[in-house]
Amino acid sequence: MAKTMSRPGATAPVVNPPAAKSAPWPVTFYRSAVGKKWVMAITGLGLLGFVIAHMIGNLKMYLGREDIDAYGHALRTLLHPIMPNELVLWILRLGLFAMLVAHIHAAATLTIMNKKARPVGYQSPRQYVAVNFASKSMRYTGLIVFLYLIFHLLDLTIGTTNPDFVEGRVYDNLVASMSRPAVAIVYILCNIAIAVHLFHGIWSVFQSMGLNNPRYNVARRWVAMALSGIILVGNVSFPIMILAGVVH
Amino acid sequence: MSTNMLNLTLKVWRQDGPNSAGRFETYQTTTIADDASFLEMLDYVNEDLVAGDVEPITFDHDCREGICGTCGVMINGQAHGPQRGTATCQLHMRQFRSGDTIVIEPWRAAAFPIIRDLMVNRAALDRVVESGGYITVSTGAAPDANITPVPRDAAEAAMDAAACIGCGACVAACPNSAGQLFTSAKLAHLNLLPQGQAERWSRSEAMVETMEQYFGSCTNHGECQEACPKEISIDFIAMMNRDYLKAKFTNRRRGGQRKSG
Repeated sequence: MAKTMSRPGATAPVVNPPAAKSAPWPVTFYRSAVGKKWVMAITGLGLLGFVIAHMIGNLKMYLGREDIDAYGHALRTLLHPIMPNELVLWILRLGLFAMLVAHIHAAATLTIMNKKARPVGYQSPRQYVAVNFASKSMRYTGLIVFLYLIFHLLDLTIGTTNPDFVEGRVYDNLVASMSRPAVAIVYILCNIAIAVHLFHGIWSVFQSMGLNNPRYNVARRWVAMALSGIILVGNVSFPIMILAGVVH
Repeated sequence: MSTNMLNLTLKVWRQDGPNSAGRFETYQTTTIADDASFLEMLDYVNEDLVAGDVEPITFDHDCREGICGTCGVMINGQAHGPQRGTATCQLHMRQFRSGDTIVIEPWRAAAFPIIRDLMVNRAALDRVVESGGYITVSTGAAPDANITPVPRDAAEAAMDAAACIGCGACVAACPNSAGQLFTSAKLAHLNLLPQGQAERWSRSEAMVETMEQYFGSCTNHGECQEACPKEISIDFIAMMNRDYLKAKFTNRRRGGQRKSG
């Protein structure tokens, strides 16, 4: 028999030991990094859907006080005669919360995995070709969005940080909140972070889900740019219009 | 065509062994002709080092014509240097100007431990291929040519993936040390062809999961395809993501494919 030659150090160091394979397939799928990227893509799409719907709903501010207050009321009484009050809203909220938790858990565990994959970094400066600001800052923009989300809920859903908050008076609450320049500036900066996060996120969804076809590949960056741009313009318009006194 | 002569300052990573502390050493080159390849330039520097009784710089190299995948270093922060679509051996010194400082560093990844100086151990790539980068066929008399019809587009796409020379530049260039471009290329050149179908799902599952024991995960920067000396597209990564999902979903009992592992 031929003898296998080996030189010192020809063994490959295992960075992430594999978990036992006895679990059912959805568990082993989520244990893999490719599986986690699928989860991040799908939950990311769900959260993107919420961000779009939220922005469109808020545009009702421009139709006037009655319209947006009625919209808020409709959300709380969604499917009301069939379902108890607020039940559907809470189901939606729990769904969003579950998606957020899954998205963050996958991101955190993948980040740990990636740090382990290069414990000693390059000792000379890197010169990147394809890495851009959005792709490089995903972890930070994601964290900013998460922290802002907490403040946003306290400010406009629960009302803790908004002294003029009155439950159900969506229009007045919004105007009262955004009339404070500091809040408006934080709101604008955080929405820029959301748009930057979405720009790389939307493009990543296509890759992570294998949506790759030479026919429409050129459109993928444009879709990411257009969607994040529309969301940015729509959301940032609210504090600007309120501060400018157009909406009062 | 006249040859320009270059005087260069090199900052080279020197490390005596896998567990030694490394450091950058600075060397002034003798005059280098700009039609020398990058590796020939290192040869000249090594001759000077030997003449001066200094241990020469250890670096991996073999065919020096861009097809073996043995060479590869970080040159000024870019895998295989500034020229697109070339391995280090095919990078020529005309890409640099006289007076330039060139920083040379080995690939950095937990899966690629440094053996010495610029040479790293890339056995992790072999482990990925061993776990499924083959087809199982009975050997015997050579089959007739063209007995298995292969659509031309499939053959071309498989060939684009098969261009991978396994140099590890994708891992080195990736901010996450991910092995996605390498693994997806090795998967695609079999998964696109009729001969690769029988083991497609067990192969996709096994190679992805072996890859993840050694490398980081993809965050879709696209840095790997810029560094790849064969310009392999991240389209193959998308295909791998799709195939991995299918591998987990497909009823493989019916397809006669055992679960891996």
